Order: sequence, then C-alpha cells, then structure tokens
Amino acid sequence: MADASKPSLDPSRRALLVGGLVAAGGAAIAAGSARSQSAADPMAGHDMSTMPADPYAAPMQGMAHGNMTTVGLVDHNRNGFDPTAMLTDWERGTTELLPDGRTLRTFEVDAIDKEIEIAPGIFFPAWTFNGRVPGPALRAKEGERLRIVFRNLGSHPHSMHFHGIHSARMDGVPGAGLIGPGEEFIYEFDAKPFGCHLYHCHALPLKRHMHKGMYGLFVIDPDPERHPENATVAASRLLGSPENAHWQEMAMVMNAFDTNFDGANEVYAANTVGQAYMNEPIRIDKSRPVRIYLVNVTEFDPINSFHLHANFFDYYDTGTTLTPTLRTVDLIMQCQAQRGILEFSFADHEDGMYMFHAHQSEFTELGWVGMFDVRSSAK
Amino acid sequence: MNEQVQPKRPALSRLLLVLVPLAAMLGMFVWIASLDPLRSFNNGAPPVEALTVERTILDETGIGLLVRAGGSDAMVIAQVAVDDAFWTFTQNPPGPIVRGGAVWIQIPYPWVLGEAHAINMLSNTGASFEHEIAVAVPTPKATVGQLRLQALVGAIVGLLPVALGLMFYPAMRSAGRVGVSFLLALTVGLLTFLLIDMTSEALELADQAAALFQGSAMVWLSGLASFLMLMAIGRWRGTPEGLALAFYIALGIGLHNFGEGLAIGGAFAAGSAGLGTFLVLGFALHNVTEGIGIAAPMLRIRPPLWSFAALTLLAGGPAVLGMWAGSLAYAPQWSALAMAVGAGAILQVMVEVTAYLMRQSSDRQAVLFSPAVLGGFLAGLGFMYATAALIKV
Repeated sequence: MADASKPSLDPSRRALLVGGLVAAGGAAIAAGSARSQSAADPMAGHDMSTMPADPYAAPMQGMAHGNMTTVGLVDHNRNGFDPTAMLTDWERGTTELLPDGRTLRTFEVDAIDKEIEIAPGIFFPAWTFNGRVPGPALRAKEGERLRIVFRNLGSHPHSMHFHGIHSARMDGVPGAGLIGPGEEFIYEFDAKPFGCHLYHCHALPLKRHMHKGMYGLFVIDPDPERHPENATVAASRLLGSPENAHWQEMAMVMNAFDTNFDGANEVYAANTVGQAYMNEPIRIDKSRPVRIYLVNVTEFDPINSFHLHANFFDYYDTGTTLTPTLRTVDLIMQCQAQRGILEFSFADHEDGMYMFHAHQSEFTELGWVGMFDVRSSAK
Repeated sequence: MNEQVQPKRPALSRLLLVLVPLAAMLGMFVWIASLDPLRSFNNGAPPVEALTVERTILDETGIGLLVRAGGSDAMVIAQVAVDDAFWTFTQNPPGPIVRGGAVWIQIPYPWVLGEAHAINMLSNTGASFEHEIAVAVPTPKATVGQLRLQALVGAIVGLLPVALGLMFYPAMRSAGRVGVSFLLALTVGLLTFLLIDMTSEALELADQAAALFQGSAMVWLSGLASFLMLMAIGRWRGTPEGLALAFYIALGIGLHNFGEGLAIGGAFAAGSAGLGTFLVLGFALHNVTEGIGIAAPMLRIRPPLWSFAALTLLAGGPAVLGMWAGSLAYAPQWSALAMAVGAGAILQVMVEVTAYLMRQSSDRQAVLFSPAVLGGFLAGLGFMYATAALIKV
C-alpha cells in the first residue's frame, strides 16, 4: 500500500543541470542584493535564492518544536479504559480462606477481541484480556494460593502464561492451558516468588499474540512475616498495609503497536495510548515517595528504556529483592518481558512538570513520553 | 439514399428507446446501493487504502503535501510522523478524503536544508503511507526574481540550442540531393531518440500518479490521440512540406520541450540539485540537433527571415512555460499527459519527414535503405545517444 505513495526520486539529468544553473543564478542574485541586506527584508526567505542557508537561523512562526505531538485526543470512554486510571487500577480478585488457613485468591480473566484507539484517530484490532490493553494488573501476596479462571471469548486460541513458579500443567503453553475459542481453563498455583512479574498469551505465533495486546502486570507483594530482616521494606510493598498507603504506586506497561503489520511499530506508549501522559500529566504529591511497577512488552524492538528527568531513582530488577539492584540511576533498560520496580521522591524538588520517557528518541517521539505534574499536596 | 428508405420513428419513441435502458441502469444502481446484494462478500477485511503525494512544498511555515486518496472508500489521515516523530498538522479541507479527492496537509516541521526527511501518514486503520523528501530545499515561489530565473533556465535548455541549430541553415543549403537526404534522415533519427526518451519518461511519471489516473493507458492513448489529430490537421490541405513541415517539427519539438520543462521544473521543486558547467555544455550540444532537424525540410525553399524567429520561439519557448508550470503546479499525471501529447507530436513529424524524404526520390522504397539515409538515421540516433550520455547522471 505504501508503495503507491513513493515517487521515484532519482534526480533527473536535467534536474541536476538546473540545480547547477540555479545555483549559479542564485549566486549572482545574492551578490547583487548583498549591499542592501542591512535592512530587514519582509520577503526574505520567500525567494529561494535569498533564503538563509539554515532554516533555523530565521524564525519560522508556528514551527516551535512543541509541535512534536499527536493531533487530537483518544476517546477513553469508547476504549473502555483510561491510561490515567490504569496507573492505580490493581486487580485484586476475590479472596476466601482455605481449610489450611491460607488465602485463596481468584481472578477472572476473559480473552476478548476488541478494536481500540491507540493514538488519536488510529484504531488497532486488538486481542485483549478483559477488554483492556494492557490486561488487568493482577496483584497478590506472596504465599497465597492463586486461581485464575480464564475464558476465551476471542476468535483464536489463547492462553495465560505467568512468569512465576508453577507446574508444567499450568504453564499456558500448547497442551497446558492453551484453549480454543469458547473454552475455559483454570490456572492454579502458589504466588511466588514475590516481585514485579507479567503474564501474557503464549499461543503461537507468540509475536503476533503479544503485539496484538495480550499481556499484563502480575505483581506479587512480599509477605513481611517471611522477611524479618527487611520487614519494613516488605510492608511498604504490601498493598493495603499502612506503610504502603504512604506510597504513590503506579503500574506502567511499556508497549507498542504495529498498526500496518509490517514487523515494525508505528506507535509507542506506556499503557497503550501514545502521548497520553503528555496530554494528561500524572499528578504527583511531592511529599510522598513514588513507586513504579514497570514492564517492557514491546515487540519487534529488542529493548526499551525508562528515563526520569531531573531526578534519580533506585531500581529493583524483577522486584524479587528488598534491596535495590541499582542505586541512584536516571535510566534503566529492559529487554522484552524484563521488568522491575522504580522508587524515587520529588520531596526536595521545586513544583513543576518533570518529564519521563524512553531514551530511544524514536520511541519517545512516536508516543512513549509523559509528564509528572509535581506539586505539594496542599496545592 | 439508403438512409431515406429507413422508416423514421417519431421523436418521442426514439427518446423512449434511449430512456428505457437509462432508467434500467439507474434502477440497477439504486438496487445495488440500497439492498447491497454483494454484502455476503464482505469478509471483514479493512477497506483498501491508497494515498499519493502529488506535490511537496517546503517553505518557512514547514512542509506542505498535496495528497490524493484513491482507496475503495473515503479515508482518514489520523496522524502524521516526520522522521519517526509524531507532528501536529492541519488538513485542508478537513475530514475524510473521498476517493479521488485531494487535500493539503500542512506540517509545521523545522526541516533542514539539504537533508532528507521521511514523512509517514497513518490512516485511521493504521495503514501507513510514506513519502520521502530526498533533498530538502525551499520550493520556488512565483516571485518576479524566481520566474525570471526559471525563464533563464528554460531559455538555455530550450531556445538557445534551437537557435544555434538553425544557424547551420545557410551551410546546410549548399548540400546536394544526397546531403539533403542525409540531413532529413538525421532528423528522423534524432526524433526517434526523442520519442523513445519521452515515452519512457512519460511512463515513469505516470507510475508516480494515483492509480485512478491509469497512468500507462493514459500515456499510450493520449499519445495516440495526439498523433492522429496532428496527422489529420497536417494533411488537411495535402501533405505538409517545406516551411509548413518545419513548423510541424518545431511544434513537436516544442511540445517535447514543454514536457521537459515540466520535468525540470518539477524536479526543481522536489529539490534535486547539483552543479555542472559540463552538464550545461552537454545539454546545449544534445539539443542543438533540434535546430538542425527543423531546418532540414526548408533547404529547397527560401523562407522569410521572420520564420526563423518564429520557429525558434515555437520549438524552444515552451521550455520556459514548462519550467513555470512544472515548478509552480507540478503533478505527475499532468506532466505525464503533456509528455505523451508531445510524444504523439514527435511521431507525427517522424512520419511526415519520412514521407517527405521518400518523395524526394524517384525510387521511394529503395531510398530508405540508401547509404545516405540509413547513415543519416543512425548518425542521428548515435549522436543523440552519445550526447545524452554526457547529461545522464
């Protein structure tokens, strides 16, 4: 399709000739007008022969680099999910007590075909978990028994493959929980190890099922009782604890979409919608520390990254430790399916807009960029 | 007299005979449009989309693109990325672009002089349409200085070589019968080269046009139509020769130079650039033969002096007009059309010059393969081919 719009650009022999002639003529005219160049010429730049050599040298009205953005806004209501709400929308399922005193946590997840708007006006025929991309951010506590009731309401075979510790029967690969349209499967395993994990469809071809939108965060909070040496840290990670309430936690899935199916991405984002956090900056209360659960599920590009402006953070690769694996960095890199936890604070910063984005400029400029709107809680 | 034997139907019934099939056709369209009997063919595939960039304008406000939609349905340009960065843009007129419709896309992008830029337009279905700006230079505007500059270029590539070629006229007059045959055959040879060169350039341009213009068919058919019409006009009062034939050659070469002017102006607007006194000289040499060709059929007559000026203007002047049109209102389909019409005109003068050449000799068939004629023809071809090598880059 794209070929039709590609004119051949071989400079023809005559064009080359003319270029030469014009260069010569232009030089003559420029020489002729050199004496009068002290006065500002309102038409300067209109005649190519007198155009300044560098367009940046002359002010180009309406060409501020702030124009690097998508046009319009995505209709989050039609999509049925909002990137801002998704930051803090943890899916905790339902719990019941097992006879042995453990907690059984049950999640219900449906695979659904759905067209979603991934950048203003651009629609993508996605395969989703629960109608959203990324799928629900599942959150459990270390040691719990997990039961995930998975129904395939889509048009292709799908599965849920969890990055965690479980038996082969529960792995979500063909022959172990991969189900056809209309079928149901229940995955069951213990929540371990604690950390920041992910799940995704493992139907084949994997690449297609991944980039169509079948992935989500799978966070297992550490049980403070199992980590007496770091009980306070563990408690701060445990959703619902008083220590945790102080934190501003966010779920971010770095993803991208190949809208024309040519094996390269057209739109990059955190949580699906390109430029979403530029159009609606993320409000940060600077008196409270920030924790981001970050996973990279970008297809086709081997790595993605997260860069924070004007600040540094501690990083817990895969989130399976209670002490940072990297301290005081402002950029981390994640390969496909790599994930980790970022912790930082703006307590000592001035109020203002602080940018974050992938530091692959291409990803940034194709949508994976956002702003933290840092303010005191009173304001 | 046979027609009068046919019984004449009343006007009303003749009208009815036309109206009935027309009404049936209308009814069929309404039926297909309203009941959609073909909907079972709908397999859920997205509509076919096509987008052709016809014109690129680079100026102090950024990048402007004239794009034409040619898909199965109206299409929507949702986002535009320049060099892998989403950029704001305005579309005029806004809204979905109907099949065959063209809109301007204005992108306030700080392009960089002399460098390449890639523009990617994304439709609402996610299809991408790429357009490459190979070398970014400001697009010429219709200022007095600019038009004068282009007229100068047009004069150098069009008027000057023809005038120089015509200056050989006095020397050519001294040629004998064989010499004249040689010169006429030389003219046919160079016209053959121009015909091939022009047809292939027209087809190349037609390839860049939107599919709905059916570039290849348009080029062949308009070339054929132009050939037939010029033949008919030329033979209105007998076969042309002498001054009339010279004017027909000048017209054909003029149309050729108009097409070339369009291509140069278009490439000019597209930002191709380079330097070369060498190229200028090669070009003048290449086109000098055009003047010789125009002079060839006038060797047996005594043309008035004004006719040389008129022939020069007719053959070379269109290059200036082509330059202006090409750089200010360039579109591949119109350039291809102009070139095809020119190719038809070239073919017409090839036929007429050959006919004239044959009339010069008593043995009409044998003369074509006489050493002078064959030699002249091949010399014309060879000269054009060799000098073209100087200016093909």
